[in-house]
Amino acid sequence: MKKKFPISLHAALTLAGLAIALYMIFLYAPEEMTMGEVQRIFYIHVPSAWTALLGFLIIFCSSIAYLWKRSQFADELAQATAEVGFIFCTCVLVTGPLWAKPAWGIWWTWDARLTLTFLLWLLYVAYLMLRNYLINPGRAANLCAVVGVIGFVDVIIDYMAIRWWRTQHPQPVIGGGPGSGLDPRMATTLLVSWIAFVFLFFLLVRIRLGIAQMRRELGDIRHILAFRASED
Amino acid sequence: MASLKIIWNIFAKDLRVEWRNRETLASMCVFGLLIIFLFNFAFEGAREETLRLLPAVLWVAIAFAGVLGFNRSFASERENACLEGMTLAPVDPSLIFLGKMLANLLFLGVAEVVMVFAASLWYNFSFLPALGQLVLIAFFGTLGYAALGTIFGAIAANTRMREVMLTVLQFPIAFWILMLSIDSTADALRGNPSGDWWSGIARVAGISLVFTIASFLLFEYVLEE
Amino acid sequence: MLETRNLTKFFGDLAALKEVSFGITRGQSAFLYGPNGAGKTTLLRMLASLARPSSGQVLFDGRDIERDGTKAKAAIGFVSHTTFLYGELTVRENLKFFGSLFGLSGLEKKIDAALEMFDMRERSAVFARDLSRGLQQRTSLARAFLHDPDFVLLDEPFTGLDTQSVKKLEELLRRLPQQGKALLFSTHDFEQGAALAERLIALKAGRVRYNGRLAAAPFESLGIVRAAGPKADG
Repeated sequence: MKKKFPISLHAALTLAGLAIALYMIFLYAPEEMTMGEVQRIFYIHVPSAWTALLGFLIIFCSSIAYLWKRSQFADELAQATAEVGFIFCTCVLVTGPLWAKPAWGIWWTWDARLTLTFLLWLLYVAYLMLRNYLINPGRAANLCAVVGVIGFVDVIIDYMAIRWWRTQHPQPVIGGGPGSGLDPRMATTLLVSWIAFVFLFFLLVRIRLGIAQMRRELGDIRHILAFRASED
Repeated sequence: MASLKIIWNIFAKDLRVEWRNRETLASMCVFGLLIIFLFNFAFEGAREETLRLLPAVLWVAIAFAGVLGFNRSFASERENACLEGMTLAPVDPSLIFLGKMLANLLFLGVAEVVMVFAASLWYNFSFLPALGQLVLIAFFGTLGYAALGTIFGAIAANTRMREVMLTVLQFPIAFWILMLSIDSTADALRGNPSGDWWSGIARVAGISLVFTIASFLLFEYVLEE
Repeated sequence: MLETRNLTKFFGDLAALKEVSFGITRGQSAFLYGPNGAGKTTLLRMLASLARPSSGQVLFDGRDIERDGTKAKAAIGFVSHTTFLYGELTVRENLKFFGSLFGLSGLEKKIDAALEMFDMRERSAVFARDLSRGLQQRTSLARAFLHDPDFVLLDEPFTGLDTQSVKKLEELLRRLPQQGKALLFSTHDFEQGAALAERLIALKAGRVRYNGRLAAAPFESLGIVRAAGPKADG
């Protein structure tokens, strides 16, 4: 992948994408009727949520791949994605109140998206804590993979359960329900922003993955040195 | 079947160990009772308010008492690396999971009976009219919760902050087991106003079974060195 | 035959075992000798499938135990520093539990026999947590012999034992090869090991320095200083 799509090109495209998205967010998309300028957070809030969800899907697939094939790469990918996904997830939870307070007068509501994102955030925290607090780091891959699988099963259940719960206990939805029509310019801006975010997400994952792989190579070299040490 | 015998032996061993100590079950009950007492005292109110609060209070108490029990379940294995000792034998790790899970299920179940009894006393509330439903909800809810608690207990035993790690894993993932159990319990205590008494149980059972099966399948990876 | 091929184990940056290759067959007795940190415990644990290799294999009768360790586990008895005993259970209950995990028939008789082997019959109703270190060691040994294993792996089995128990254990271990069993144990006391085993496996810094008949070992180059000649009796 490095040869076909070098990281420099990836970074350049990401930067370009983000620049275009920024332009569209602030200058192209029309102002929202009721909420005013603050509504523009929507173009960061929603793509971040999608990306965080995508992140956990990748963690799930890598975890399965690790348990099945014992692939070190799968484990490193899961680790990298967890850290980057966590950032995007936090972003959703930060932009949520920033948007909600000026727009609706409340800091928080347990609407579908925020609830799902918060539960997802807790899963990210649990995953990262497990990675970092193990007494024997050699077990990290196995244990984190198990949590990755169960965690994603939980995400699916979260999605279904929240939808059901909201039919029983309806609540205001931030940013309108799924059917609330979007002005075509807004829809385009959202799409562009989303693509830029996905590019950014994968760029950060690649960088983090690179670090993990360098660490592994360093560890391998240390192993070779340890091997040669005390040869008498 | 040989497997059933092994599951039974591990289950019986956990019970025997607990019987000699009698610490786990007692602390679970006391802890659960304290939570129920706290809420009872803080929110004295009319029957309608009781109906609103009681299911949540009960399941929160069960949730915390459960985590306490799961932690202790693996603490007893830690002293002489007994969990490792079990892997010396040609035993399928899933059987170890089932044995320990059933023990956790039993302890939490007993604690639940104690808590419900105390709650009905303090809240002047009778659970008898809806007893059949409540037993089913409690069984399935506790089953899924105990399954998760068993596998996460085994995972957390490898970390530096065991109790905290178990809690951090358990609550987000068992969240909907608890929520749906609370919801069904509330419905049952109100006498099923919507006329539908089984779909709540089915929901709880469905989610619990999904998590139980997932935990069962993944446990062997947790024990691998 | 229980053997390792290029067995390597890393703990972080530390290479505990470096490309260790050796094997032991039924009827043989060997002892692992080496300074602290040489890798004896790690090696024994890996043979007992309590730890996975970083690279290399452990084979039991030709099969990789990582892929399928059931037959290996059923044929191996392992004793280490950790006793694997439940403090809240009695000696007999501990043995009963472990025996049940092996799916043994006629368990009660086998427990009695194992207790007899290590003089623990009178104490079979004592809780494991109330036993002294030496008695716990004997219980642990009884547990290891319960399923009549073909391969007996012992990590410093004489620790904590009084002189009489040491003698009894030595007699027992000496008989194993005649019974068609394999014995592999580690010890700090060279003379003791030499008196019990025909083969020496010298380990240093994770590497095998010598693997062969005891009599032919180059003691000087291995850094082993022997007392006045090998002992004739135990």
